[in-house]
Amino acid sequence: MAYSGSRVEMARRKLLIPVQRAARIAAALLSSQYAYMLEYRAEIALWALSGVLPLIMLAVWQGSGGAAAAGFTPQGLGRYFLAAFVVRQFSVVWLIHVFEEDALQGKLSPQLLQPLQPLWRYLAAHVAEQATRVPFVALMLAGVFVLKPGLLWLPSPGQLLVGIVAIQAAFVLRFLLQTLVAMLCFWSERAAALDRLLLIPYLFLSGLVAPLESFPPAVRQLALWTPFPAMVSFPAKLLAGENVDVAAGFLNLTLWCAVLFPLSRLLWRAGVRRYSAMGA
Amino acid sequence: MSAPIVLAEGLSKSFRVADKQPGLSGTVRHLLRRTYRDVAAVRDLHFTIQPGEVVGFLGPNGAGKTTTLKMLSGLIHPSAGRVEVAGCLPQRRQERFLQQITLVMGNRQQLIWDLPPMDSLRVNAAVYGIDPIEAKRRINELAEMLELGEELQRPVRKLSLGQRMKAELLAALLHRPSVLFLDEPTLGLDVNAQARVRDFLADYNRRTGATVLLTSHYMGDITALCERVLLIHQGRLFHDGSLDALTSRLAPCREVRLELRQVHPREAFTGFGTIEVHQGHHVRLLIPREHLTQQVGLLLSRFEVVDLEVSDPPIEELIGGLFRQQG
Repeated sequence: MAYSGSRVEMARRKLLIPVQRAARIAAALLSSQYAYMLEYRAEIALWALSGVLPLIMLAVWQGSGGAAAAGFTPQGLGRYFLAAFVVRQFSVVWLIHVFEEDALQGKLSPQLLQPLQPLWRYLAAHVAEQATRVPFVALMLAGVFVLKPGLLWLPSPGQLLVGIVAIQAAFVLRFLLQTLVAMLCFWSERAAALDRLLLIPYLFLSGLVAPLESFPPAVRQLALWTPFPAMVSFPAKLLAGENVDVAAGFLNLTLWCAVLFPLSRLLWRAGVRRYSAMGA
Repeated sequence: MSAPIVLAEGLSKSFRVADKQPGLSGTVRHLLRRTYRDVAAVRDLHFTIQPGEVVGFLGPNGAGKTTTLKMLSGLIHPSAGRVEVAGCLPQRRQERFLQQITLVMGNRQQLIWDLPPMDSLRVNAAVYGIDPIEAKRRINELAEMLELGEELQRPVRKLSLGQRMKAELLAALLHRPSVLFLDEPTLGLDVNAQARVRDFLADYNRRTGATVLLTSHYMGDITALCERVLLIHQGRLFHDGSLDALTSRLAPCREVRLELRQVHPREAFTGFGTIEVHQGHHVRLLIPREHLTQQVGLLLSRFEVVDLEVSDPPIEELIGGLFRQQG
């Protein structure tokens, strides 16, 4: 009995120690990155302001009276764009640009020499940046509700929770997609240019400038075969309380992540062999 | 003799670089038909380092020192040859390996620029799995050795170069690595700061028995810390041995400075060695090592000598001279 008890204890320790260590790393990374982001709060406020495209689209669509054509009530369309604004704010990913700079200037070297996959640091930086954005986004939303009180709505706690999970899943999906492109900088010194190539399909096929329902059926079908609707349209509809297939949406997100995650690992392994630690 | 902690066998690294001719025609040709050539940065290096040794890695800019350090620390993959550090293949960067090594680069930093070093140290402690109480103890111990205090609470950008380098060293040594690769750790520091970093490294080596491989352009670092030096030139190992042996190899003569009571003509000193300087009461001669004792005895018996100094020519000059000779 004592033998089996000690085996259980050993197994528990084997499992617990890595979990405890991972939790400590996460806490240390998040707190330091949050402190770092706070140093740049003014810049982050400007970045938050620059993400007002859905609010502009809201004004354009409200003026055109095209809500019915897109299958929305005017109020529903307004809420959709406001929700898209929130989704966009909390799923911003800038990995390609910062990773390219770090890889080309040799700043990646100290990270590669520590027993932690460097991408975790970038992920922590993004999460910390999201936390820093919260007050700015809240202020901007408050401003919209003061100007347009008719758009004010409060999602139910369940809706809010599922919406937040969907936003974070959309963020992870975008992060993985950018990881794939970022890894290309091990082969090409200008991988960031590819990000611009991704921007157009992201803008149009994600539902950021127009709800997918307003597209011709063929284009809508095409969009649904890409990961982009999962990045904005699905979480925005969830948050806005629109009719949406929750299970299918999360399954779609999970499948895309399941495809991109091993690909990004493969590219990382192949790419890091080519790393020449330039400048350092 | 114990097993070496660092082993390099036929270690080579070459980089593929694009060849582009200047001017518009060169640009067009480069666009249409790109040509590449392989540049050998390190060629067929063979050496071993025993645990606890402090070895200086010398060579001019572009000799391949940093490339070698990057291969030893696993940052880049060798093109050929074998490298083993602490029983691991560095390029695999396994946790067991990373826990045992550190690489400090004088021109690179791991500390977060806008935060106090303490924040970076907390992250490092977590990443290396060091218990918080133990981490605090180690930070205090290293901070004391490095004479760092409230600087650890000040944003890195507000620290002087010397304070920053000491904080970098603290961060790089928090996990108690047994192999230290140091690339120009005193780069840009003033004389006092250089001396403090040197003292610290010597003290760390004494206390922990860590192995150190150090590159530096400041010969003071090498002479103060290293009993053995590896001299590399154009990617090849030129010398592996003590600094004295290198000096003897590069300078078969010793320098004899004389201050004389009376002025003697230049001809009076021919036959003693090469006359480097002949200025009034001061004479500087280069005398072959094998004749040194005999010739100094003769000088003392023939002239009224006020002061006499026998020394090796500065190692920087010797190495510089060697590289100039070899192009």
